[in-house]
Amino acid sequence: MARPDSDSDSTRARLRRASRNPRTLAGAFAFALLAMAPALTGWLDEPFYLDLATRILILAIAAASLNLILGYGGMISFGHSAYLGIGAYAVGIPAYYGEYSAAFQLPLALGASALFAFVTGLVSLRTRGVYFIMITLAFAQMIYFAFVSIEEYGGDDGLVIDLRSEMGGIADLESGVQLYYAALTSLVLVTYLVRRVVRSRFGLVLRGSRDNDGRMQALGFNTFRYRLACYVLAGMIAGLAGWLLGNFTNFISPEMMDWTRSGELIFMVVLGGAGSALGPLFGAAAFILLEEFLSGFSIYWPLGFGLILILVVLFYRGGLDGLLDRGARTTRSTGPSNPSSREPERCSTDPAA
Amino acid sequence: MRNKLAIALGLTTCLLALAFHPAQGADKVKIGFVTTLTTGAGVIGRDMKDAVDLAVEHIGGKMAGLDVEILYEDDGFKPEIGKQKADKLVKSDDVDFVAGFIWSHVLLASRKSVLDAGKFLISSNAGPSQLAGKLCHENFFSTSWQNDQTPMAMGEVLNRKGVNKLYVMAPNYAAGKNMVAGVERTFAGEVVGKDMTKWGKDAQLDFSAELAKARASGADAIFVFYPGRAGSAFIKQYEQAGLVDEIPLYTVFTVDSISLPLLQKAGLKGVLGSLMTQFWAPDLDFPQNHKFVSAFREKHGRYPSFYAAQSYDTVFFIKSAVEAVDGNLEDMDGMRAAMAAADYPSVRGPYTYGNNHLPIQNFYLRQVAEDEAGNWTTRVVETVYTGHQDSYASECKM
Amino acid sequence: MDFTLVAAQFLNGLQLGVLLFLLAAGLTLVFGIMDCVNLAHGSLYMVGAFVCATVTLATGSFLLGVLAALPATFAIGVLVEVLVIRHLYQRDHLDQVLATFGLILVFDTLVHLIWGPEGLSFPLPQSLNGQVVLPGNVVFPVYRLLIIAGGLAVALAMWIVITRTRTGMLVRAGASNPRLVNALGINIRALFTLVFGAGAALAGLAGLLIAPITEASIGMGNEILIVAFVVIIIGGIGSVRGAFIAAIIVGLIDTLGRSFLDGAMKLVLSNQAAETAAPAVSAMLIYILMAAILYFRPQGLFPPRVR
Repeated sequence: MARPDSDSDSTRARLRRASRNPRTLAGAFAFALLAMAPALTGWLDEPFYLDLATRILILAIAAASLNLILGYGGMISFGHSAYLGIGAYAVGIPAYYGEYSAAFQLPLALGASALFAFVTGLVSLRTRGVYFIMITLAFAQMIYFAFVSIEEYGGDDGLVIDLRSEMGGIADLESGVQLYYAALTSLVLVTYLVRRVVRSRFGLVLRGSRDNDGRMQALGFNTFRYRLACYVLAGMIAGLAGWLLGNFTNFISPEMMDWTRSGELIFMVVLGGAGSALGPLFGAAAFILLEEFLSGFSIYWPLGFGLILILVVLFYRGGLDGLLDRGARTTRSTGPSNPSSREPERCSTDPAA
Repeated sequence: MRNKLAIALGLTTCLLALAFHPAQGADKVKIGFVTTLTTGAGVIGRDMKDAVDLAVEHIGGKMAGLDVEILYEDDGFKPEIGKQKADKLVKSDDVDFVAGFIWSHVLLASRKSVLDAGKFLISSNAGPSQLAGKLCHENFFSTSWQNDQTPMAMGEVLNRKGVNKLYVMAPNYAAGKNMVAGVERTFAGEVVGKDMTKWGKDAQLDFSAELAKARASGADAIFVFYPGRAGSAFIKQYEQAGLVDEIPLYTVFTVDSISLPLLQKAGLKGVLGSLMTQFWAPDLDFPQNHKFVSAFREKHGRYPSFYAAQSYDTVFFIKSAVEAVDGNLEDMDGMRAAMAAADYPSVRGPYTYGNNHLPIQNFYLRQVAEDEAGNWTTRVVETVYTGHQDSYASECKM
Repeated sequence: MDFTLVAAQFLNGLQLGVLLFLLAAGLTLVFGIMDCVNLAHGSLYMVGAFVCATVTLATGSFLLGVLAALPATFAIGVLVEVLVIRHLYQRDHLDQVLATFGLILVFDTLVHLIWGPEGLSFPLPQSLNGQVVLPGNVVFPVYRLLIIAGGLAVALAMWIVITRTRTGMLVRAGASNPRLVNALGINIRALFTLVFGAGAALAGLAGLLIAPITEASIGMGNEILIVAFVVIIIGGIGSVRGAFIAAIIVGLIDTLGRSFLDGAMKLVLSNQAAETAAPAVSAMLIYILMAAILYFRPQGLFPPRVR
């Protein structure tokens, strides 16, 4: 169980430490590598690997959004793929009618995601723990079946997107490299935004509510509102990822909202380390590279993948980022170590505990 | 610090390991083949792969003196994955042809990636109406059929059998919709009920509610399209519901050489004698067909399915194009012209191409029967259509 | 809409509900007592179907298939509990979701390796392959009627075990207050393993019952698992009674939706739109029901009393 008594102190202390944490170096290294990726793949003449990197970035954004509510807010959403779908359909449906302008599609993606998050959040956030997991799944299934039933937009078959979003003079997304940089820029902005939010007073209330909601309410915070706001923000970020995904794949179908996709996003967050700023990027990269690498071996690759998943959960807690952090901590002897704060968050199902 | 470095290094190594693939030889005909190798539908992909491997064996692994390399990719029954694999084939593997495609929705999703890259796209099964009509393309060819054609032939058969009231069932995806549209186009009687059931990875396989509706509808016949594993599930339940003696069953792409051994093993005799339409049959009397069917049976101990037949044809079809240009794979125009001529020995016998590059071919009525060894297979009863062209060709501006 | 059709669809819905109950019963107990989300429950449903199909095809006897599959799924359930699940009881739901998600992949691929991609199809014995004519001229397959009867019998047996035996008492106590049972010095580990194995056997039973209707196929458990989760959430986690009632409700809604929704939708939509939209909308119905119930009763219909 988490230790609510030392919570806000340890959080502040962690924030102070984070600014000196060498983990930021790893992050800087990762982003530098990512910034050079197009040059690298261009030099190797392997455009497919640019696609792979683009996919990693887009899913990292979605994972960052899930990390915001899951890692910092303790809200395990099992329906996060719904926003990917909404964002992607916000490209596809206007394109179906010949409207390609990003100035129209992007606000639509963000607005529709926010609306969906707001409406479903009003209901879901009343529940806790596993009921929350299941109700978010239920809403994702509803929108999945809703799109399956809309014949006009292809139903189960999906829609092919002829042209990517037109960005005016800013960028030409038809170019793989420019789309890649659009995704990278989005990821940097999102990572920065999540960091700012988490470090703000808002983020402190959020984390307080995660660890002991009753106490935060007793302190006079309307935690429901905080959590709802956070939920809507996360929905919009995932909607942005969906918008990029729709542009990237040039194709959308309800399959994008499948519940297994939501499961994969959770896996990315946990693999990277829930509640850490760079975890989603590491998690998404590890996930996609692993999938690509294993599926090249044999059609039986899910076996290895499943075993790795089980072993990671059983023996390797805290994710990749936690490993970095542990490495960092051994080099510094100052400050009380607080391993529990680096572990994937327990859901606060039993307030009586 | 050391750990952090290890991880960073690990990730970099991973990226680099992916980047350095074995070097690619230039003097090769590279064919990407996208099909389904995993999930329950993987059995169809296996049949197609077996047929392609057999065809490559039969041509000695060469086309116009060049080595042939086939790259199989698994679409996992998902349009999105299929498109990713098509992207990989044209961008990373730099194939000359992308063929395969069981599912109409996977083909529709992958179309743009292949055609935009300036490669030939050859469907070895799926025939969605869009690609026959508005989305037709000079570099797209089919060695199968347009989805509507086979059920149109079945509609004709139903008329000849004097069926007045028909109950229709099909999965709710691109091909299912085409199949239903096809039978409705030619069937002269009344469609008294129609169910479009959930398809895809989580397809509906229990048809209790639909069969009860069919029984109550007072139909004279049931028409279904359930490819792959859904087909045998449907036939079992049709028998369990006691409809065999009440409402005769007419199928397209449901009872095939993949489902028949399963049904025989399960002892579901109700399927014997059931009727279907198809452009090909294992007993069609052409030398190429004899060669294909006997070699396939010898090698794999089972009858090839129509999926296999189309895939076998795909290899010979590509070979005819490569040989027409003497192995000069840069000569797209030359290869295109050769393909449009359909000048190769097809297992279905000679056929031609329409303006939309879909076959103009015969359709036969087939019946399930036992062969001399007691295996269940299908026999041709009669020819329903001779030289039939699909209904979307006029929408194709080519 | 005539009486025979409504009656037949009612029975079809009941049959689906009973099947869902068999799957949900184990899930809700594991969930309620061990506080463990087990996504791999559907894999045991699949294993039950495959084992039964293999034995039936080899021996020609469906009964032998059933008798082989039940202990097999029980044993596999126990094995999975000891190797993986046991280590997850003290973890949060997130770890449980992930590890059991991994188990699904492992099971699906192992089945693919052992039985190949095509699945197994096997016939019913001739005696079960027929139909009965019920009062009101309702023609209904014998086998589906047997599923209903068998499922209800299992439900009754469970009710007796849970309310009348010492093990049942411990299970009930475990569902409402696991810590207390542990504090009383009961061998809670053995009890957990037993419950998990029994749940696995029930899932196997559901799988082997459906296999002669559809077939044994890879991933068959994943499709129905989500619906089983809906059932236990609606019923209230840990409540077998709730799971039973919710399973019947969900079975009826799903079947009646598939049967009559397109007709109803044709009143407001074009024929074409209604025909393609109806199946998806009827699939949505159960999720709408679940969301609505959770809105008004965030703990489900029948939450086990003390928490």
